[in-house]
Order: sequence, then C-alpha cells, then structure tokens
Amino acid sequence: MTDGIGARVKRKEDKRYTTGSGKYTDDVRNENQAYAAFVRSPHAHANVTGIDASAAEGMPGVVAVLNGAELTGDGIGNIICGWAITSKDDTPMNMGAWSALATEKVRYVGDAVAVVIADSMEEARNAAEAVEVSYDELPAVVDTATAMDAGAAQVHENAPNNLIFDWELGDEAATDAGIAAASHVTKIDLTNNRLSPNPMEPRSAVATFDPAEEHYTLYTTSQNPHVARLVLSAFYQVAPEHKLRVIAPDVGGGFGSKIYIYPEEIVCLWASMKTKRSVKWTSTRSEAFLTDAHGRDHVTHAEMGFDADGKITAFKIDTIANLGAYMSLFSSAVPTYLYATLLAGQYHMPAIHCNVKTVYTNTTPVDAYRGAGRPEACYLIERVMEKAAREMGMDPAELRRKNFILEFPYQTPVIMNYDCGDFPGHLDKAQAAADVAGFAARKAEAASRGKLRGLGYSTYIEACGIAPSQAVGSLGAGVGLWESAEVRVNPVGTIEVLTGSHSHGQGHETSFAQVVADRFDLPVENIQIVHGDTDKVQFGMGTYGSRSGPVGLSAIFKACDKVELKVKQIAAHLLDASADDVFCEGGEVKVKGTNKSLGWHEIGLAAYTAHNLPEDMEPGLKEGAFYDPVNFSFPAGCHICEVEIDPETGVVEIVKFTAADDFGTLINPLIVEGQVHGGIGQGVGQAMLEQVIYGDDGQLLTGSYMDYTMPRADNLPSFDVEHNSVPSPSNPLGVKGCGEAGAIGSPPAIMNAITDAIGTENLEMPATPSNVWQAIQANQIKHAAE
Amino acid sequence: MSKISLTVNGRSISKEVSDNTLLVEFIRENLRLTGTHVGCDTSQCGACTVHVDGKSIKSCTMLAVEADGSQITTIEGIANGELHPMQQAFNDNHGLQCGFCTPGMIMAGIDMVNRYKASNKPLDEAAIRGELEGNICRCTGYHNIVRSIADASTKM
Amino acid sequence: MYETTFHKASSADDAASKLGAAEEGKLLAGGQTLIPTMKARFASPSDLISLKDASISGICRDGDSVVIGAMTTHAEVASSVDVPAYLAALAGGIGDPAVRHRGTIGGSIANNDPAADYPSACLALGATIRTNQREIAAADYFEGMFETALEEDEVIISVVFPDADKAAYAKFPNPASRYAMVGVFVAQSGGETRVAVTGAGEDGVFRHEGLEAALADSFTENSAASVAVSADGLLSDIHGSSEYRAALITAMAKRAVAAA
Repeated sequence: MTDGIGARVKRKEDKRYTTGSGKYTDDVRNENQAYAAFVRSPHAHANVTGIDASAAEGMPGVVAVLNGAELTGDGIGNIICGWAITSKDDTPMNMGAWSALATEKVRYVGDAVAVVIADSMEEARNAAEAVEVSYDELPAVVDTATAMDAGAAQVHENAPNNLIFDWELGDEAATDAGIAAASHVTKIDLTNNRLSPNPMEPRSAVATFDPAEEHYTLYTTSQNPHVARLVLSAFYQVAPEHKLRVIAPDVGGGFGSKIYIYPEEIVCLWASMKTKRSVKWTSTRSEAFLTDAHGRDHVTHAEMGFDADGKITAFKIDTIANLGAYMSLFSSAVPTYLYATLLAGQYHMPAIHCNVKTVYTNTTPVDAYRGAGRPEACYLIERVMEKAAREMGMDPAELRRKNFILEFPYQTPVIMNYDCGDFPGHLDKAQAAADVAGFAARKAEAASRGKLRGLGYSTYIEACGIAPSQAVGSLGAGVGLWESAEVRVNPVGTIEVLTGSHSHGQGHETSFAQVVADRFDLPVENIQIVHGDTDKVQFGMGTYGSRSGPVGLSAIFKACDKVELKVKQIAAHLLDASADDVFCEGGEVKVKGTNKSLGWHEIGLAAYTAHNLPEDMEPGLKEGAFYDPVNFSFPAGCHICEVEIDPETGVVEIVKFTAADDFGTLINPLIVEGQVHGGIGQGVGQAMLEQVIYGDDGQLLTGSYMDYTMPRADNLPSFDVEHNSVPSPSNPLGVKGCGEAGAIGSPPAIMNAITDAIGTENLEMPATPSNVWQAIQANQIKHAAE
Repeated sequence: MSKISLTVNGRSISKEVSDNTLLVEFIRENLRLTGTHVGCDTSQCGACTVHVDGKSIKSCTMLAVEADGSQITTIEGIANGELHPMQQAFNDNHGLQCGFCTPGMIMAGIDMVNRYKASNKPLDEAAIRGELEGNICRCTGYHNIVRSIADASTKM
Repeated sequence: MYETTFHKASSADDAASKLGAAEEGKLLAGGQTLIPTMKARFASPSDLISLKDASISGICRDGDSVVIGAMTTHAEVASSVDVPAYLAALAGGIGDPAVRHRGTIGGSIANNDPAADYPSACLALGATIRTNQREIAAADYFEGMFETALEEDEVIISVVFPDADKAAYAKFPNPASRYAMVGVFVAQSGGETRVAVTGAGEDGVFRHEGLEAALADSFTENSAASVAVSADGLLSDIHGSSEYRAALITAMAKRAVAAA
C-alpha cells in the first residue's frame, strides 16, 4: 500500500486543470444562451423613486428587463440569515429585509435594482446602462465604531441605531473580579481589517428552466450545492426542491465567499423561468469587489489580567462587528459562536467575558471568510499576549508557556471542550525550526545595515468540523452540520464515492480516494470521488470551516465500515470461513491463517450477480452513511515570523516564516502543506497588504486590483511547515482540518514581529509600507518628546 | 466586423469578429477553448495569459483583430502527446489547487523559462517570484508554484 | 466595451490622416492602458487606429544618442544592447512580463499617466520626442496629468535619448497596482544634473530643483538625503500621505544616486 493515509500522492485531478480541460461554471454555454447584466446602485444609501426601462427594452438583443417589484410579485422570498442569535436581553436579532432586487431602497453601492436579459453579454451590459433609475439619495453610515452613534443614518427601520444584536458569552462578574484582582492588566484596542475574499474564479451562474418538465438546472460557483438548493427552494421559493438540480462543477476557490446564496443566482433562476431562456451571469472582478461577501471588520477593546507570576486571571472583550447592509447567510454566527468561543486560545483562563454588538452599515454584506471569527479571536489573544509580555518584561514565549493548557479534555469558560493537544510541543518545534536562539545575532547584523529586525509568535488554536448538530441547533443554527457519503463498489470492483463535501481546490479527489484505498488496500486509481451535483449525490452540507476532513471523511469512513462488513460476509460465505477472519490486502480479500482468497473484483461481481450470497442478503454493494460529529476538532500550532524592515520606506520583508502545526492524522501531507501555504499567504495578505476601504459616502475605494493589494509571489517568502500531530480522539480517522489554520495563526505572528522590530504597539493591519513608516515616525516623535 | 486569419495551437483559422472583441473572448467564445480564463478586468491577474508569436501576453488586453496574422498558443496547445514539462512540474510539485489561475501560470512559466534560457540568465527563486508579478494565485501562497517553475526549468 | 471600428495604419502619416478622419479616434499603440480603459467603459473611441504596421518600431544608435521607435515594446527596450543600462532597467520594470511584451514607449509617453515610468527618464535625460510633424523637447512636452503637447492628429515616431554620464532610476511601486508611487530618475551629463520625479506629483512628472542643486554640488547619497523634500503638491490618497511620498522621494533619490 503506497497510496494510503499519509502518502504524498500527486493529485489525480490535476491533469484537467493543467491542460485547460477543467469545467468551470462560466465554461458552460447552453443552446440559445441568454446573458444577464445587473443594474446596480451607484449610491450607498438611497430611496428608489422610479425605474424607467423603456429605452433599454428597445435596444438590440434585449429579451427582458426585470425589476424587484416583479420579483416579489412572483412570490420570490427575501434573502435570509440562517443562524438566529439572541441578544443578552433575550430579544431576537433585528434582521432587515433583503430582496434579491431592491424595491424601495438601496443600502450599499452595488445593490441590484434590476436585471437585463439579452442575447449577448455586451448587449445586456449596454442595455443595463440605459435603464434609468431615479434615486433620492440618503446619508450613509460606513464606519464600524460609530455606526450606533446618535444621528447616524439608519440602514433598516427595524434595527434602531443600526444594532442587529447585543450578545454576550461568559461570566461577566467573575471576569471583572479577575481583572480587579490582577497585578497587571494589559489593555488593547484593535481593528480587524475588512477583507475581500477574491477567489480567482469570479462567481457565475447559468440557470435553465425546462417548461415541459417545469424543472430548473443551475450551474453555480458554490461550496455547498445542496444547501443552495434547499435555501433556494424552501426559503426563496424559486423552485421546488425536487424540480431543481444544482451543479457546482469545477469551482475556482471559495474561501467562504461561495457558501452563500446571492441575489444573482436567485435572479438567474427566476429570469430563466420568465424568459424561457437559459440565463447566464458571470461576475466581473469589479462586481466581485462590490458584491462578494466581505470578511472580518471588527473593532475591539480588550483587557487581560495577570497575577504576579504572569498567570492569566481573566480576559474581557468588547467587540463591534460590522455585518454590512444586509445579514448574509451565516453572518451572525461569525462574530459570535465562531469567535467568542475561541477566546481562551491555548491558555488556561479562569474567566472570560465577551460582549459583541453587530451593526448594519451601508457597505457590502460581511460573512465568513477563511477562518471566520477564529482569525479575529486569535489575532486579539496573540497580540494581547505579546503586548503583555513586553509590558511585564517577560519573554513572550515563556509567558505563553506559563499559561498553556496541559491536560485534556479541557473545558474552557467559553463553551469549547478541547479534546487533545500538545501546545508546548508545537512551540518547541517551531522555535527550533525558526532558530530563535540565533535571532539576537541576526538582529544585530541587520542593525549594522540600518535595518530593523523583529520576531513574533502566535500560538493559535481553532475549531473545525462544526459540530454536533443538536448543539449547533440549540445555539441557533438553522441547519444540521453532519455530512453524508455513499460508497458504491461496482461489479468490477472499482469504487465510486459520493460525498456531500465539495472540493474547490482542496484536492478531495485524491485525499478522499486515499482513505478508501487505505481502508480496502486498493490502488488509488480505482477510486473515483463524485461531488457537486444534487442529481448525483445524496444531500450533503458542503465544504467550509475545514470540515471536509473531520466530518466529510468520517462519513466516508462510516460508509466504508458498512461496505467492509458486507464484503466480509460475502467472502466468508464464498470461502467457507468466519467473517471475523476475513481481511483485505493487496487487492484481495483473504482469510486469516489460510491461503484462501478472492480478488476484490470477485466480491463485487458476486454481490451484483447475486447467484451465491448469504441467505437473506440483499444483492449489490453500496452503502451510505451520515456522520454527525461528537465534538469540534481543534487544530493548533505555533507560527513564528521574522521580519526585516527598511525604516526609510517602511517596507517589511518576511525573512523567515515557520509553522509547526497539529492537524491530527495527515491524509496527504503534500495537500496539507499546500493548504498551509495558501492560508499563510492570505494571512500575510491580511497582515500586510489587504484592506477594503470605503469613503465616508459609502463609495468603495478599493474596487479593483489597482487599489486592493492582492498578495503576489514577490510579497511572500517560502514557508517552513512542520508537523507535530496529535490525532483527534473525536473522529474515527483522528483528523482535525487544515484549511484555515494558516490564515488564523499567521497575522498576529507577523504583526508581533513588526511591532517588535519598530518598538511600538501602535500599528494596525494591514502593515503596509506607508502605515509602518507612519508608525516609525510617530514613535520617533514620541520618543523625542520624552 | 473584420475578418481575421490566424493560427491557434497549430490550426489555421479564419473568422469574422466584431472589432471590439477581446482576444480572450475570441478564444473562449468563438473557438470554445475555455482553458484560458478571466479573473479580473484590470489586466493584473494573468489568468488569461496566452502566447502570441511565442511571447506571453494577456489576452484580456488585446483585441482579436490585433492578432490577425499571428500564431497563438493556448494552454490546450502545449502538450505534445505527453504533458509539457511545465504541466508535469505543476502536478509533481502540487503547484495548483483550484486550478483557475493555473493555465495562466503555466503559460507565464513557459515564457519565463524560455526567456531566461535564451539570455543565459539564472532563474532562481527571487527571479521567479519577480517574473510572476503579473499572475495572481489565491490558493497556493505561490510556494509550490515557484517550485514547479524551478523544477520545469531544469527539464525544458 | 462599446463598439468601435478598427483600422491599421501603414505609416505615421497614414495614422494621422485616419485619426483626422475619425469622429473620435484613438491610436492603439500596445493598448495596455487604453484597452482596460475601454473595457471599463471609461473610454469609447469611435475608431481605433493600430500603429503596429506603421514601421515606427526599433532601436538604433545615433551618435551619442539612442533612438527608440514609438512602437518599440518595453521588453525590446529592456533587452537591447543599444540601450544604456539605466534606461533598459527602467523599461524592464514597467508592468509585468506580459504587459512589457505589448506596451510601447510611444503609448506610454502619449498617455502621460502620472504614475508612468518613462516620463521621468525623458525629463531627466533631456529627451526629444519626434512626431510626424516636429521635434518636441521633453521639457515642453509633458503638460500635467494625462496632458501632453501633442496636437490632435500628431503621432509620435520615436524618442531620442542623449546618453548620460551617469544615470539611474529608482522606483517605489504602489503595493496594489505596481505603478510608480514614487519614481526618481537622476542623470548627470555634460555638467548638468537633472532629477525627475514621477508618480508623486499632483500634476504628473516634475523636476526637483532642490535635489538637482544638491546633487550638482555633490553627487552622493548623503547629498540627496540632506535635501528637505516638501510634501506640498504631492499626492495623498489611500496608499500614502503626501508626507510619505516626500520621504519616498528622498529614499528613491538616494537609491538612484547609489545605482548611477
């Protein structure tokens, strides 16, 4: 067995991508294809007083111009948030109405008010420009910290002061007491910068209505096609669930932004029914900046108390989270249950209290982006720890060691129950790989060249594989968070695995096949992974939150259990042996202690010919399973970043980045390391390059790659990725999930390194050359004055 | 409308196109070669990179009519029976994840290696990273893309 | 992109006459700025006149000057043995490799983007812009952001750069667009010192008298560093304040002096 669990198997799916044969949604073109172009609001906040489509309707190629009144008139429902959060005064969250095409009011630049369907894309765009919308402009509210201020513009009438909910977690009295009793309190104010996810494939949808069958087919860029189908049918009444096929073919990255159901998919389906044409829409990058859900955008004040020995006494957090103009599908869960529940980090904290207020603003909706809540928690904790160490004159690594949780399972004060871990081990491994011992000499050498060198830590923990369905249901989730699988052994012995997980770059077609190959000792080539089509695959929950390993693979493993049982029973019957003695090896099914065996293909054939099966056994060899996790999994690790800064320009060079991660069992280290590289790349993006910026009037100032800084190859170093694996006891394979850790752990390590180098904590992300230069200047002025 | 004659992946083609058709639209929509992708509208992401007369260019920033008389090579045209060494290197080194930027990366990689070989310059890691300025990847952190191109450069 | 009509010009004069005949024509000289602008629907020329076949590309030496044809690509300039290293390096740093394969010197100079690189070289090296009608000294050519001395149907044929005794360009790229946020070109020839700054100014490329005086006096990094660069008249935006750009002018001037 060379292709099983732990092998660095080259990806099976690569050939279609490297030869240009991948099939992405925009590559789909149906007969008599029509194209959609949206008429979008140029204003951040305005009443819509009229839509005149008469000129557009007469333009060449135009099939129809449709608006929100017609949409709602046809009974298409509002877009909803699927996780209900209750405020601390027991009132429900204030969810404002969101129609896929705005009817009376627009609330952010890019809010769609009408759609043009035409024979070609250019004709649709030309006509969209000719639709005359009359707006009565209103003042806009943009800023997170001041959105609740008196006099701020009101985004939704049912959310006074723009407050969506005021939520808390933890014991406030115990936390206040812990802070009061502390011998040292570290205080910090931090902004977590707003990001645009930017998967390289822009969103796209191709919707086709078949009038004879009253059936819809939707090709779409989705991370979770079944959830899309459920929401489109049950909540938006676009099409009945059994009459809607959703296909998410090759999808070019998601990072969270392709979880949600957006107005465009709804409108394409509806317009296809209205026009009896297949309707296609593909986002431009400019539209993507305006309409893809953004990530992060927190403003936080936090205080952490320490006793005289440097042990944490309490952690108190106040956060305002900006959810934008409307509540996107999982927006409410991100700054609450995906954030505050991770605020213990890797540390024993006797008391934690977190208060989160979420606000509406006239900006693009904000939802989960790679890490979703956990990067915000990690960034906060790890900057506080570093700052505290500096204030108390302690080595930042030693302060962490002093506070590490060492015994498991460990119940934190904020819901989570950590099942296992080796926090000192990660730190040891990272420190050795990063040559922390040699840092002082490197710093001195850099200083001799006029450069500032700094080193920063992040010892992160996160939670993946969200989590028992009953538990998330009790916390407000509108869905269960299990996963499904079906394992089909064909009559010739090859295997198809139908998974509810969805790969949009994660390499499931290889790593999932490895698990099955490992289980039955078969060549990985004989196993095909099928996903992304609601007509082929049973209901599944899709891929986000690094859940495909811990949850999706567990479902496959469970289905394999059932297949194995039946295989053994068939073999025992055919070989006149006990099923307990049957095992799989080298493509055969063998009987322990004998030379009896059957080829794996012979078992398949026997199951389907059904000429000679055990009494009462059904023919066939196909088993399904639903797996509901018993707990989250808790990937953790240590990132160490070393930077060198040119004080003249503020340019930061990452000279070394080391990650020592615990993802439990590694299915395919090649793929795992790729996930870490990509995660760190996005973490560097957040820490040093990326920020969505709006003008005070709500105009997006970073609406293209001319102004929004994407990480490029020359912004990044090569990464040193180490593994320190502690298999999770909470799922059968011991996997933990690796998709987000890089993006969660890296930003504070980078910022701690930069602040170490420049000698001031007064620096927010992104640490652009300009911002670093300003911080150095301000610090010099401050020191000169002292 | 203009009539253009050009060679695409070794095949001679004559077609009528409207004068405002971008080369990438011509390749994707007229020729249905959908391996060339569009990832931005400001000529920065490089997903649309193809070779025109042997040089990498961004097919979203060239009109189809400008390609009249040219030899075009797209991602579909570089494998010659077996995979091109650059394609193989991306598989060997896990140089791709979602695959969307990959055709552009491979076309840029081939061009880069060809130029450095022609001028006898060393294509080290820093050079590869600098040369990739016009190709954006969101998945890989570039780590394995850089390795893929370095690997292919020893085999081309 | 709006509809347009494409033409091929067989010479610069042919281009000029086609331009004159067009309702709202534009010359297409690589298109690396014009086509994105048209895609964004910010420009809608009725006619595009391609200069590809106008026989105005190529590089040749003319005594102590190098003459670069308007349709010569940045990649060709960057790799030419006839082009002095300081100018080849500038061309090799414009855009990315694919852009350098299409973008041309004539296109760059005709557009006069305030963040373009070539205008600084033209000013600092005292270049002459040859058109189908006349010769224009660089000092008289650049007239502010996207504004030049070119008449409506005037076509650049070539740019003539006299050799400098010492010269170098240092660029600080905008982190997002990679255009010059600040680019400083320093040059000394025949006793004259010129320092041209691109990217930073509210009115496009400009010469910096303070730096010129200091470097004329002593062509050293310390001399460049001793000049207090004022933030007045410099751009201030989401990428950096005018004060930051002023500091970058000093830093890039030092680097250019060191490299020259």
